[in-house]
Amino acid sequence: MITTTGLTKVYSARGREVAALDGVDLHVREGEVFGVIGQSGAGKSSLIRCVNLLERPTSGTVTVAGQDLTALAGRGRRASRDLRAARTRIGMVFQHFNLLSSRTVQDNVELPLEILGASGADRSRKARELLDLVGLADKAAAYPGQLSGGQKQRVGIARALAGDPKVLLSDEATSALDPETTRSILRLLRDLNRELGLTVLLITHEMDVVKSVCDSAALMRKGKIIESGTVSELLATPGSELAHELFPVGGEPSGPDRTVLDVTFHGETATRPVISRLSRTYNVDISILGAAMDTVGGRQIGRMRIELPGRYEDNVVPIGFLREQGLQIDVVDRGTGAAGPPAAVLPGTRAAEAVAT
Amino acid sequence: MTWSEMQPLLTQGTLDTLYMVLWSTLVTVAGGLPLGVLLVLTDKGGLLQNTPVNKVVGTVVNIGRSLPFLILLIALIPFTTLVVGTFIGPTAMIVPLAIGAIPFFARLVETAVREVDAGLVEAVQSMGGSIPVIVRKVLLPQALPSLVSGVTTTVIVLIGYSAMAGAVGGEGLGSKAVTYGFQRFETEFMLVTVVILVALVSIVQLLGDGTVRLLVRRGRAAA
Ligand SMILES: Nc1ncnc2c1ncn2[C@@H]1O[C@H](COP(=O)(O)OP(=O)(O)OP(=O)(O)O)[C@@H](O)[C@H]1O
Ligand SMILES: [Mg+2]
Repeated sequence: MITTTGLTKVYSARGREVAALDGVDLHVREGEVFGVIGQSGAGKSSLIRCVNLLERPTSGTVTVAGQDLTALAGRGRRASRDLRAARTRIGMVFQHFNLLSSRTVQDNVELPLEILGASGADRSRKARELLDLVGLADKAAAYPGQLSGGQKQRVGIARALAGDPKVLLSDEATSALDPETTRSILRLLRDLNRELGLTVLLITHEMDVVKSVCDSAALMRKGKIIESGTVSELLATPGSELAHELFPVGGEPSGPDRTVLDVTFHGETATRPVISRLSRTYNVDISILGAAMDTVGGRQIGRMRIELPGRYEDNVVPIGFLREQGLQIDVVDRGTGAAGPPAAVLPGTRAAEAVAT
Repeated sequence: MTWSEMQPLLTQGTLDTLYMVLWSTLVTVAGGLPLGVLLVLTDKGGLLQNTPVNKVVGTVVNIGRSLPFLILLIALIPFTTLVVGTFIGPTAMIVPLAIGAIPFFARLVETAVREVDAGLVEAVQSMGGSIPVIVRKVLLPQALPSLVSGVTTTVIVLIGYSAMAGAVGGEGLGSKAVTYGFQRFETEFMLVTVVILVALVSIVQLLGDGTVRLLVRRGRAAA
C-alpha cells in the first residue's frame, strides 16, 4: 500500500547538511498497522512527511496505493493539482492535533470535505457520521479549545477520515496524551483499521504503542531502517533488537561463569515442560532470572531469562537441546565476564547477542 | 463663538472626518490585506517563496511607512487630482489617507499572519488544500483577532492623519480646528474638537478591543 524505495532526505541548514533519511526502503501492506520506532532524530518524522510529500524527498520514490507520488509532485515547490488530489486520499493525524481554533469541531471535520468540494448537506452529514464514529457526536458545536487532549485527537482522526482515505499517517499521535487516553486512541485506530480496512502507518517512540496495535514494525536509526517485518517474524528472529524491546525480560547473572539465555516460547512450545526436562536430562541447575507472558501483535508469547552454571562453551549441548525443542534462544551472557557493552537500542535496555543456529 | 455657532461646524466636521476615515479604512484594508499576505507567502520558506517579489514589496512598504504623512499628502497632489479630479475636499483626501495607511496596515497583517501555527498550514496541505484555500480557510480566519486589532490601530492612525489632512485642503474636524480654533483664536472651539477626536479614538479602541476579546474567547474558552 505504501512503498518507498531508496528514499533519502538531506536538509541543508546554514551550510551544514543533515541526512535525515539515508536510503529507506519501506513496505507497508494493505490493511496493516505498521509502526516505525526509533530514537529522537532518527528520521521518523522526515519519513512519514515524505510519504505524502509534505517534505520533498531528495531522491527515491514514494508509491501510495499504486500511485507514484514523487512522479506527481512536479518540479516546483508548490504541490501540483495531481499531488493535492492524491493527498485527499491520505489522512494524517498529528502530535499536536493541529485543529483550527477558529472553527467548531464540526467545521474542523468538514474542512477536508470543503476542499473536496462536497455540498453543505453532504458535508454536515458526513461530519456527523465521523464524529459519531469517534464518539464525539455531542461535541459537534464545541470549539477545540473546549476539549481535552484525547478529544482533540479524536477530532483530528475524524477529520483525517473525512475524505475516505485508504491510508492514515500518524506522527506521534499519542505522544501528547496520558497513558489511559493513549490506550483509548490506539484502540480507536485499531478498530478503524479493522472496520474500514484502513492501512495505518504510525510513528512512535513508545514500544507500548507498537506492542498494542501494530501488525508490523520497523526500527529506524540515523536515517536508516535497521530492522523491519511483521511482529511475529521479528519475535522469531534471533537477536532482533525490536523483539527485545517489544518483549523485555530483566535479570542480571548471579555471578561470573554463568551463561544467561533468553528463551522465547511461541504457540505450542509454550505448553511443553522443556525447562524441567532440560534440568533432568543434563542434570543442570537452572535459575530463572525473569519471565513474562504477553500478547504481542495479537499472539500469546512467553519469554524467560534463565541462567545455567558455567560458561557458554560448557553449555553448548543443553542450548542445542533447547533449540531442538523449537524454542528461540538468545544468548545474553556467555559467562566470559567480557560480554562487552550492550548495544542499547533505547535507554535502559540491552540487545541480545545474535547466535546463528 | 457661542455653542449654537459652534454646533453646525462641529457636526459637519465630525461627519466629514467619519466619511474620510471610513472610506480610507476600507481602501486600506482592501490594499493592505493582500500585500501583507503576499509578504508572508513570498518570504523565505513561505508557500510561494519568491525573494525578488518579497524584496520589492518589502522595500516599497518600508518607504511608504517611513515617509511623514504630511510630505506624502503634498507629494500625492498630482496623483490625487488624476484619480478624483481635485485634491481638495473629503473625497480627495481618501487617496493620500489610504496610500499612507496601506504600508502600515500591510506590516500589521504580515505580523498577524506569521503568528499562525505552521502545523495548521501543514494539516490543510495534508488534506490536499491549495494555497488560496490555505489563505482563506487557515491564515485569515486564524489571524482574525490580530487582524481586527490591526484594523483598530489603523483606524486610529487614520483619524490622526485625517486631522492633519485638514491643514492641507481636507475637511473634517482637523480643518475646522485649524480654521476656527487656530487662525481665529477660538480656544474653546479648539478644545471641543480635541475632545471629540479623543472620544472618537476611544470609541474605536473600545469597539476594537471588545471584538478581539469576543473572538479570542470563542476560540479558547474552557469547557
Ligand atoms: N526542516 C529541517 N531542517 C533541517 N534539519 C532538519 C529539519 N527537519 C529535521 N531535521 C533534522 O533531521 C533529522 C531527523 O529529524 P526527524 O524530525 O525526522 O526525527 P524524528 O525521528 O522524527 O525525531 P523525534 O522523535 O524527535 O520527532 C534530525 O537530525 C533533525 O535535526
Ligand atoms: Mg518526529
